[in-house]
Amino acid sequence: MEIKYYIGLALALFCIGIVGVLTRRNAIIIFMCVELMLNAVNLLLVAFSKMHAATPMGKAFPAMVSDAQIFVFFIMVVAAAEVSVGLAIIVMMYRNTHSTDVNFLNRLKN
Amino acid sequence: MDVLKLVWLIPLLPLVGFLINGLARNYLSKAMAGLIGSGVIFISFLLSAWVFFSLKDGQAPIHYFDFINVASLKIGFDFQVDQLSSIFLLIITGVGFLIHVYSTSYMHDEEPKNFAKYFSFLNLFVFSMLLLVLGANYLIMFIGWEGVGLCSYLLIGFWFTNNNYNNAARKAFIMNRIGDLGFLLAIFWIANKLGSVDFHTVFANAPDPNKFSTFDITGITLLLFVGATGKSAQIPLYTWLPDAMAGPTPVSALIHAATMVTAGIYMIARSNILYTMAPVTQTVVAVVGLSTAILAATIALKQNDIKKVLAYSTVSQLGYMFLGLGVGAYTGAVFHVMTHAFFKALLFLGAGSVIHAMSGEQDIRNMGGLKKYMSVTHITFLLGCLAIAGMPPFSGFFSKDEILGAAFAKNPVFYIIGVAGAMMTAFYMFRLYAMTFLGEFRGTADQQHHLHESPKAMTIPLVILAILAVVGGWIGIPEIFVHGGHRLETYLAPIFAQSNALQERNEMAQSKEIMLMAISVVAALAALLYAWNKFSRYKKSTEEEKGLGKVLENKWYVDEIYDAIIVRPVNAIAKYLNNVFERKGIDGFVNGIGRAVNYSSRQVRLLQSGQVGTYVLMMVIGILVLFIVQLFL
Repeated sequence: MEIKYYIGLALALFCIGIVGVLTRRNAIIIFMCVELMLNAVNLLLVAFSKMHAATPMGKAFPAMVSDAQIFVFFIMVVAAAEVSVGLAIIVMMYRNTHSTDVNFLNRLKN
Repeated sequence: MDVLKLVWLIPLLPLVGFLINGLARNYLSKAMAGLIGSGVIFISFLLSAWVFFSLKDGQAPIHYFDFINVASLKIGFDFQVDQLSSIFLLIITGVGFLIHVYSTSYMHDEEPKNFAKYFSFLNLFVFSMLLLVLGANYLIMFIGWEGVGLCSYLLIGFWFTNNNYNNAARKAFIMNRIGDLGFLLAIFWIANKLGSVDFHTVFANAPDPNKFSTFDITGITLLLFVGATGKSAQIPLYTWLPDAMAGPTPVSALIHAATMVTAGIYMIARSNILYTMAPVTQTVVAVVGLSTAILAATIALKQNDIKKVLAYSTVSQLGYMFLGLGVGAYTGAVFHVMTHAFFKALLFLGAGSVIHAMSGEQDIRNMGGLKKYMSVTHITFLLGCLAIAGMPPFSGFFSKDEILGAAFAKNPVFYIIGVAGAMMTAFYMFRLYAMTFLGEFRGTADQQHHLHESPKAMTIPLVILAILAVVGGWIGIPEIFVHGGHRLETYLAPIFAQSNALQERNEMAQSKEIMLMAISVVAALAALLYAWNKFSRYKKSTEEEKGLGKVLENKWYVDEIYDAIIVRPVNAIAKYLNNVFERKGIDGFVNGIGRAVNYSSRQVRLLQSGQVGTYVLMMVIGILVLFIVQLFL
């Protein structure tokens, strides 16, 4: 498949993520949208890595191509850790305010 | 031993006295303070006398250390010991010592602390004055010049709890500063033209038209003269001197009669060659001196404060000295400085003695008949009056006639006006004498009960000064009376040699000279007898003065005129600048910046809404902008 389909999908996912972050007020939804953006980028990384593997440059240096694939796994691991911390914050927030509305979180103002 | 190696001790001793009295004023008893204060001056006097007698011709300046050493300008801390400065050394330390001794008694009612402070100021004054006359370049002279101005300020305002006295002190200081600026500019001008302010360099190069053009030399001398008008109380800067009488009377005698006010005459006599090279300035000096002499004399005719009369008489006599300088009679001017120091110090100290006896009363309308009560003061005061009136053979006669004779040789009009001034001098001095010592006592019974002769510490200086006032003129007897009688002229000849070689001397016929003397003496004598006759029968009257008398009593309204044309406009401008420029302009600008920062930060703070969504939106917009910039611009 051509690379442009991957780019189109990644862009669509990323924009959905941004729109979700900007428009939604529920912290969990926002969090999910952030993950969506992260994975859109992951998708791009993998797609580009595959694309480069087909070029003469990629054939000469296969190690360089596999780097990006491994990189994605790292991002997934870090994202998993980040999700656990983020969810923990949201749980604490719910305990304190009985709500997951982010607009409720402007208490530090003034 | 060569005493010239010890010259540095002469000014240093008063400085040491100043430091001891000034720093330890809380611990010294009055006797100690007086002893230290007078003692150091006495030692200086002995050294000065020694210097005076062991002085040789052509003494080179004594170099101590480099004072200023910048690029090509080198100014050393040098002392010039020659005939002129040694005469001034003797006057300053001699008269100064007598006045110190007198002060120990006059100031006896002060607290010990203030007593020591008084002596420390007096010693500092003597130090500065000695520095002024010893300096071998204009800069050292200027340091002394500023020092005496400061001491004058401190001592006029010695009783600083009285605000009028403070104002008088400020007036003296400010007027002196105006003159000092002229002096300073003259020094800059000389340094600019010559790269040196040493006396011998300047005077050696003065006649060289390549070094100094006529314009330069006229400008320099005029600026120096501005300095002299401030310090020596000439028109237009003379009004501070009568106000300076707010200080203690011995201070008036020392600073405002005998020494400090003659600094201007010393400076011009020292720079005589510059003035001889600038005939325009000489005319200015003579005219200003003569008009001051006349103006002050007319004011003195109608003053009723014993010290004010003497103050205006001082201004008037200083005017005569400037007349002498202006007509090229440098010796005569220095001679008059010397005799004036004797008789004016005597008169002031006599006045102090009278004020002391009258329990602080200074108005001569409330005096009279003091002859009976204070014989020593009376006799010495009379001698002083005769000396200042120019009666032969008292000292004032010789010095004043020398100046008047030189004035006649230059321009007979100067002589006629000068004689008119001398007549007025005789008149107001004997009006003062007669109203104080003759007739009936006009004060209160309380004052009369208290009248007494002053203690020995006050009368002995009076007697010594009286003797000097009588015989002081005999060192300058004119040729026509005694051949070789003018010792002072012979003595000072090396100082004025350069000038005397340049100006033609008008030798007058002997008969003419005697006639001139006779005219001035007879005129003064007539005025004297008239005043004696009129005021020895003075009765107190409540009648107000009218016409010219009122104008004279109010000093020609000069103070009021200065007030109207200078003081009040300056105050108004200052007030305007304070209200508009300072408050609205500078304060407004500074406060405006504060307000602008405050306002804008209040607006910017609204961005920090605390809404997470807004922050994210901002972030996205920011990233988009960065992308656009990166990709398309």
